[in-house]
Amino acid sequence: MSMTADAGAILPGRGGVFGALSDLFWRKPKLLVFLMILPAVLWLGIVYVGSLLALLLQSFFSIDDFSGLIVHEFTLKTYAELFRAQNLDIIIRTVAMATAVTIASAIVAFPIAYWAARYARGHWKAVFYLGIMLPLWASYLVKIYAWKLILAREGILNWIFEQLHITFLLDWWLALPVIGGNSLSISYTGTFLVFLYVWMPYMILPIQAAIERVPVNLLDASADLGATPRQTFWKVIFPLALPGIIAGSIFTFSLTLGDYIIPQIVGNSQFFIGQAVYAHQGTAGNIPLAAAFTVVPILIMGFYLWGARHAGAFDAL
Amino acid sequence: MTAAVSLQQVSRHFGLVKAMDAVDLEVAAGEFFAMLGPSGSGKTTCLRLIAGFEQPTAGQIRIFGEAVEGVPPYRRNVNTVFQDYALFPHMNVRDNVAFSLMLRKLPKAARHRAAEEALEMVRLSGYGDRRPGQLSGGQRQRVALARAIVNKPKVLLLDEPLGALDLKLRESMQDELKALQKSLGITFIFVTHDQGEALSMADRVAVFNDGRVQQIGTPEEIYRRPQSRFVADFVGSSNVLDPEFVYWILGEKRWASLRPEAIHVMAAGSGNSLSRMTGTIVSKSYLGPVVRLLIDLNGTKLHASVPSTEQLPGEGEKVTLGFAKDALHIMESGA
Repeated sequence: MSMTADAGAILPGRGGVFGALSDLFWRKPKLLVFLMILPAVLWLGIVYVGSLLALLLQSFFSIDDFSGLIVHEFTLKTYAELFRAQNLDIIIRTVAMATAVTIASAIVAFPIAYWAARYARGHWKAVFYLGIMLPLWASYLVKIYAWKLILAREGILNWIFEQLHITFLLDWWLALPVIGGNSLSISYTGTFLVFLYVWMPYMILPIQAAIERVPVNLLDASADLGATPRQTFWKVIFPLALPGIIAGSIFTFSLTLGDYIIPQIVGNSQFFIGQAVYAHQGTAGNIPLAAAFTVVPILIMGFYLWGARHAGAFDAL
Repeated sequence: MTAAVSLQQVSRHFGLVKAMDAVDLEVAAGEFFAMLGPSGSGKTTCLRLIAGFEQPTAGQIRIFGEAVEGVPPYRRNVNTVFQDYALFPHMNVRDNVAFSLMLRKLPKAARHRAAEEALEMVRLSGYGDRRPGQLSGGQRQRVALARAIVNKPKVLLLDEPLGALDLKLRESMQDELKALQKSLGITFIFVTHDQGEALSMADRVAVFNDGRVQQIGTPEEIYRRPQSRFVADFVGSSNVLDPEFVYWILGEKRWASLRPEAIHVMAAGSGNSLSRMTGTIVSKSYLGPVVRLLIDLNGTKLHASVPSTEQLPGEGEKVTLGFAKDALHIMESGA
């Protein structure tokens, strides 16, 4: 009683620099937000976007065929280079691989994500997150070399096929044109499997988040209105999970488009875009062409997102 | 005549929790039936069992005479209006309403026409192109209703349909629901925890508590002749009088209920009535048309509801109360 009687209606200020700052931020909350995001804006806006623009600028220069020096004049010559058969091959190969990896990972990831979002509780939820995250903590290179050993002719996968007496299946697969090869570790199939493995978490997590946001009573409502489980899946669950699938596919697609290590370690020696960029800016010293190659994934992703938006993929957001 | 819905000894247990325990229930065709009870009393579970979202642990459910054991919700000609509406956020209002018709592969023109008709019935014509997110709570509620009736189900289930609406809207929706039920002739079963809603809308009411049906009857029966202490207290907040008190008045040791508005309150010493008693006003709350009094009568606390036009003494002052002996309703049990 006496304590409250002593204090006035307004309590004394805290005083000092921090007290003054607290009062200032309380009166102008936007100032606090501005100060908090300032470092990130500087980093993203100037260092990150700035260097990206500088790189893109390079793609409008060209290289002198004789001297090998960069000609600092605006030209579309370098872009025309991209359409030469050998470069176009690289682009088509990379886009085809990225597409295959994205579709396959969506198909594999969906049931896992669905289980995690709808059924995993308590310990199982922890097991799910650990199972998804654990591989991300291990070194990328170690995982890829491990896969090389798994897929090699003397590797564990071959051994399993032998034990099951179905080596002929593997041989039949490897005999297929394009996707086959001498062994899995030096075929497109091998590259594909490793991509699928490495990017899988990036597909599972967004889909899981999207499905988790779908209220269960929408599924009840769908069944109530006469939808079989199959119809409920295609008319309700899938459209509502689509933003998650798109988000996941942005990761898997763009990461595959840009990766240059996996195809170098597992696969035949044919170049992917990432390898082309690496080779052109490094040993070949052709930075304009490397920059032009870099623009390709950016353009493809731009079109992809534009198309997804038009198809209504983000309507449920 | 076969009942629209009948439950025989239906139980639903979740582990050790008996959400519903041996419930018997019969809803006549064309009836407006309310399931009333506090949260956790089993009324929503009962609704979900009829809809088919859950299966009973024991007992049998029949819809228009047909046993529905193991029949999935999508094969039951029963539709539900969900408590939080459960509208599909990725579809506009028209597609939401026409969802069941789309599943049955009705041509687009026909299902749009049917959806528009249903929307007209709930006074939402012209809203077909909107998204559920762009509608107010009351409008969403109407869309949910239109979606559930577009198919002309045999039974319409409503789970706390007006729970999320504000008072004014709730009152107008009550009248509309009643009118809609009359014009459609469909059996309505609705779940509510609001006794006023149940009494004003339903033809018959089942009062649930602890997974059991306490009493089934018309609103008047439930209100005037509660069979148990729970029903007396939950429906209409009746005073429950113990056998000692009742003996003092009627010379019979029985439990009884007494409705607050049956008690007459006068300033001490005035008036004359049958069983007259003197008590003290403990508290007084003004509720608009009536004033609610809590009166201490030699240790027994009584609620009285008095028209606010009457002159009343203030808190802590003595009053004389009286009530007609036949206003006391003898109950089966004090439980």
